[in-house]
Amino acid sequence: MSEKYSVIGTRPIRHDGADKVTGRALYGADFQMAGLLRGFILRSPHAHARIQRIDTSKAEAFPGVHAVITTKDFPQVDGTKMVDLGEGLMPLAYARGNVLAGDKVLYRGHAVAAVAAINAHVAEEAAALIEVEYEVLPCVLTAPEAMQPNAPILHADLTTKELGENTGKVSNIADHIRFSIGDTNAGFEAADLIVEREFNTATVHQGYIEPHNATALWNTDGRISIWCSTQGSFVVRDATAGILDIPVSQIKVTPMEIGGGFGGKIPVYLEPVAALLSKKTGRPVKILMPRQAVFEATGPTPGSYMKVKIGAKKDGTITAAQAYLAFEAGAYPGAMVVPGAMTVFAAYDLANVLIDGYDVVVNKPSTAAYRAPGAPNAAFATESVIDELAEKLNLDPIDLRLKNAAKEGTRRADGPKFPRIGCIEVLEAMKNSEHYRSTLTGPNRGRGVALGFWFNIGFPSSCTLNVTADGTVNLIEGSTDIGGSRTSIAMQAAEVLGLKAEDIHPSIVDTDSIGFTAVTGGSRTTFATGWAAYEAAQDVVRQMKERAAKLWEVSPDSVTAEKGLYKSNGHSIGFKDLAARIAETGGPIVGRAAVDPRGAGGSFAGAIVDVEIDPETGKTTILRFTSVQDAGRAIHPAYVEGQMQGGSVQGIGWALNEEYFMSNDGRMMNSSFLDYRMPTALDVPMIETIIVEVPNPGHPFGVRGVGEANIIPPQAAIANAITRAIGTRLTRLPMNPPAIMEAIWCQKSSSPHS
Amino acid sequence: MPSKTHVQTTINGEPRDFLCEPRQSLLEVLRDTLNMTGTKEGCNDGNCGSCTITLNGRLVNSCLVLGVEAEASQITTIEGIAQGNQLHPIQKAFLENAALQCGICTPGFIVATKTLLEKEPHPTEERIRFFLSNNLCRCTGYDKIIKAVQQAAKEMSA
Amino acid sequence: MPKVFIPTLLRHLTDGQAELELEGSTVRQIIAGLEFQYPGFTERLIDNGRLRPNVAIAIDNEITPLGLMESVSPTSEIHFLTAIRGG
Repeated sequence: MSEKYSVIGTRPIRHDGADKVTGRALYGADFQMAGLLRGFILRSPHAHARIQRIDTSKAEAFPGVHAVITTKDFPQVDGTKMVDLGEGLMPLAYARGNVLAGDKVLYRGHAVAAVAAINAHVAEEAAALIEVEYEVLPCVLTAPEAMQPNAPILHADLTTKELGENTGKVSNIADHIRFSIGDTNAGFEAADLIVEREFNTATVHQGYIEPHNATALWNTDGRISIWCSTQGSFVVRDATAGILDIPVSQIKVTPMEIGGGFGGKIPVYLEPVAALLSKKTGRPVKILMPRQAVFEATGPTPGSYMKVKIGAKKDGTITAAQAYLAFEAGAYPGAMVVPGAMTVFAAYDLANVLIDGYDVVVNKPSTAAYRAPGAPNAAFATESVIDELAEKLNLDPIDLRLKNAAKEGTRRADGPKFPRIGCIEVLEAMKNSEHYRSTLTGPNRGRGVALGFWFNIGFPSSCTLNVTADGTVNLIEGSTDIGGSRTSIAMQAAEVLGLKAEDIHPSIVDTDSIGFTAVTGGSRTTFATGWAAYEAAQDVVRQMKERAAKLWEVSPDSVTAEKGLYKSNGHSIGFKDLAARIAETGGPIVGRAAVDPRGAGGSFAGAIVDVEIDPETGKTTILRFTSVQDAGRAIHPAYVEGQMQGGSVQGIGWALNEEYFMSNDGRMMNSSFLDYRMPTALDVPMIETIIVEVPNPGHPFGVRGVGEANIIPPQAAIANAITRAIGTRLTRLPMNPPAIMEAIWCQKSSSPHS
Repeated sequence: MPSKTHVQTTINGEPRDFLCEPRQSLLEVLRDTLNMTGTKEGCNDGNCGSCTITLNGRLVNSCLVLGVEAEASQITTIEGIAQGNQLHPIQKAFLENAALQCGICTPGFIVATKTLLEKEPHPTEERIRFFLSNNLCRCTGYDKIIKAVQQAAKEMSA
Repeated sequence: MPKVFIPTLLRHLTDGQAELELEGSTVRQIIAGLEFQYPGFTERLIDNGRLRPNVAIAIDNEITPLGLMESVSPTSEIHFLTAIRGG
């Protein structure tokens, strides 16, 4: 903890703690209301098909059913109109299509119709009576296959944007982007050693434990109320309004507590459907997504095919780097290949870079963001190649990275130069860590390291502070809390006001009650909403100075405030005592701020992992794991550590076990927590954390968002560790036991001594 | 409409009764009929543990128990863990160790931890991880949860 | 004079040039200057007088929320980026 701060850097109990440990906190599925109907969504059994006919009559006649809807129930609007649903511009037909299919279904699980009934069982029974006639079409499931000229086409109106130009050519390639600096041909010429490898990663899901949920009431006055678990209540409002083609002011979204998101609860799936059912029935309608539908029909992260080629001199100086990234977007364009391309070599100061990225649609659910989207895929490739270079050049893998590390002033491939960043500091913390300096001995064991970078975003946030007569402050904000952020935001206000964190009472409110606030995601919440709280607190201090001035009959300019103590010319009064006098000195004090901050500081994260491979089963045991991350300034260190540990374990699951097993006809065969194998408590050790603080010059307290970068390095770090343990490199994720056994057997059979 | 069964049981030490259809799980009854929403639904097929309760002293996934099976039983849910107005040492330990982020898995973990520590007051780290391996958490990576359980074990056996 | 960096994707519109110096005290003026030299360029970035939602402007390596309205100094570097959201 820094001497200059009283609250920042401490570990107060979170404000929502009592509710969360007693089961009293209300999440979206817990919402109750008189007259509630339950909704159920009928989903496509086929990965790619034309819908010839839908007959809902039997379902409508089923006892207990109040309404059935299909795409026909959307207000009729031109589907080519472009809408921004918080993930970039897309045609309205695409946005609607993912919520309720239009004339085609594009993935197994694609929503086709919805039923509202007196309870969930009746709704599900009735949905089974909806008759849908499909013309099944061939499906395509990977980016390389979908990019072939004779691949089945998903969208007849999707034409490839080639390097910024719309080619007018219909294909599954939505976009081909490129970043380049310098001359990679010359760079590779100058290299003493070139390593080039191909990589594949399977589709993985964010795996939040709480399924999607939404309750909607389309009231008699035309106003729509929505209660849901979301990472962005304003996104729900604007996306639902966009899809239903109604003004945003017609919708009020009340965010309930949310049980995990990681990017997957930014898009809307249920809200427009629940709203339409409510309109048709005149009742509030609640829809809960079954777990199988969460896997099959929400937004996993792209599977990918990548090639990375890096050339270096004998002393480890990288002379050129080239990447080819083909990411699966799922059914609709928007694979996060651009951030993948922006981060793939971002950790290195390079003169010659060429990056090509492809956004490719396939017959899988439409991908959404997953914690630093695109970057883990890209880093798996780059950090594996860097490791191979280190091995072949006989250099320490961290030293090789230090030699080429990005720093302030390094120009990135996408154009801008880095401001003050902590890349070198993170690498040095890794190198000096007890873990890295310890010796790892024993057969079938190996150690690996990797590095990752994420930009972090700004975007708008609003905050209001109301001072209470007893000297506490109510903090009103709109950032839904997925990890303890309401407390780190309250701490920033407390620091300015000279109060304890416990004296601030944060509330997360609905979209009518607070100014626009962007999503909880992109590692922005502690940074941006914290900044809004900081500014609102400054506003309160200014007003408190005026009140003190009134009490003492002096000019407000003569009043100083420090850590909650107000002084002028021999007078002094503390915040609490001054708060008791507000009523008589001019009435309530409301501090407010709305920020759209620039200066979001990027965060570097590293991973060091020791593994042991069982040569008979291929099982990987994580012996030791250290996560290192630049947090700028850790507002609440326990929750910063928590982000690092959580992201690391997601990375471990991504590296070792998680994948969508797809049948040839596009069915996910493991759509349950039993077979979509996420880490349990038994699968991981304690996750050691090292918080590096290179303060972000752009933020009043130096905050850098920490939520995302930590999921980027684990996959490559584990791949590098496995390589050293078994002597052969795996280039496909997940590196599960069968994959490891196959690698071991291939190695044995090709060995001269086998 | 399927006919309902009248079930009489004891929940958190209090006699409770309810009507339920044969096809309704105990999880559904707790949440939708009794409005005890502290027990959460994560997967509805017994693979995540967020619906963990105890049934006659035994840890179960309430999504895999039928409502009618609760007849004449003793059920403990998260709502029964706190001691009046005071948090149970396990609940306190979870808060003090920041062992929750989104909190959706927390009720299940707390109920499971209580059963563990009643059976084994001094579990090793491995035993804790094994016993809690039916409870999935996606946010914390388990580290701080294990530390919270270790702290609670110390306090409860003091 | 402010310096504009042309993204790789758009260099074919500026005869292959990667960096251009242009007069202007706001981003909008700079882009107008670009359009004057290389007609058709603006359409990539601007729709109906406003910055396309998937485009972000960085001045001196910091993304600005003000987009076209951001002021530019004689030593500024201007970059056009894809807007990143995160997860």
